[in-house]
Amino acid sequence: MSAVEPEEHGLIRPIAAALASALGIGLIVAIFALPRPVVGLAALVAAHLEESGVRHPVTAVLLNYRGYDTLLEIAVLLLAVLGVSAFRPAGPVATYRPRPDSGPVLAALIRLIIPLIVLTAGYLLWAGAHRPGGAFQAAAVLAGGGVLLRLTGLIPSFRSPPLWLRMALFLGFDVFLIVAALPLGEGSRLLEYRAARAGIAILVVESALTLSIAAILVTLFVGAAPSRIRNKRSTESARLPQNDRAGQP
Amino acid sequence: MPGETVDILLAAILIWIAWRTEITADLFKAVVLLIIFGLLMTLAWVRLNAPDIALAETAIGTGLTGALLLDAVAHITGKRRRRLGRSDRS
Repeated sequence: MSAVEPEEHGLIRPIAAALASALGIGLIVAIFALPRPVVGLAALVAAHLEESGVRHPVTAVLLNYRGYDTLLEIAVLLLAVLGVSAFRPAGPVATYRPRPDSGPVLAALIRLIIPLIVLTAGYLLWAGAHRPGGAFQAAAVLAGGGVLLRLTGLIPSFRSPPLWLRMALFLGFDVFLIVAALPLGEGSRLLEYRAARAGIAILVVESALTLSIAAILVTLFVGAAPSRIRNKRSTESARLPQNDRAGQP
Repeated sequence: MPGETVDILLAAILIWIAWRTEITADLFKAVVLLIIFGLLMTLAWVRLNAPDIALAETAIGTGLTGALLLDAVAHITGKRRRRLGRSDRS
């Protein structure tokens, strides 16, 4: 926009506003013109809740009826974290803030709050079977704890993701894929759990998903720092590791 | 009736905060407004009887996105300050 001449600029804005308004009004008209849904899916979900293996309709939809969507969601998250990792600089990042705040109050608070966060995440994961909760919520709470640890300097940055972290990143997707493929051996289709084993399958998948999503979200936070934002000092210190990283496979 | 008053008030405040987030020139202020928007949105989801989405909105939409955006703002403004030659960490 900065390259546009002022008088031209004066014309573009009203046109853009008019186009945006037209689009907005068109969307409103389109929403009102939509036919009302004839079949309510809520009744159908409630009718088959017994066979789904869980007692909460949202979890049943996410991990049983529409399990394919959730499988693709975790794949998208995985791709996102791979993309972020691919753009990481070669050296250790963000080391210019060694300990942002090492006051005794914060340290004590962290010690109190981190176990509570883990407990809450575990509860949310378990509660997902019969009340609001589930893997994504539990993972987000866990990841919040991870961000807190990172901000207080208790989690160091890494040069490249260590092996256990890579395994944690892929755990959820792999477990989900394996569990989803198991029915294939019994003549069923992908993700078609038997009613008797659906509960345990969903619990296993959700536990793996929780760990994996939490790892992905924390890695997005810890690992994301493009090279251009580093100041001179950390660029200097990054030069040495860059050399020995070239020898890595 | 009090329920509907709360709903209408909530919707009005949400739209107002969304508008404020859009027009704020200060990046930091915009991020803080977005976090406030997310917290109020959580209330809206609870009012809509969707506690699952409310949980996800708080944890992911507000907590993690807020932390990531604040981090990004700190990086961007730090870079701008360095370019202007007013670096405070040498």
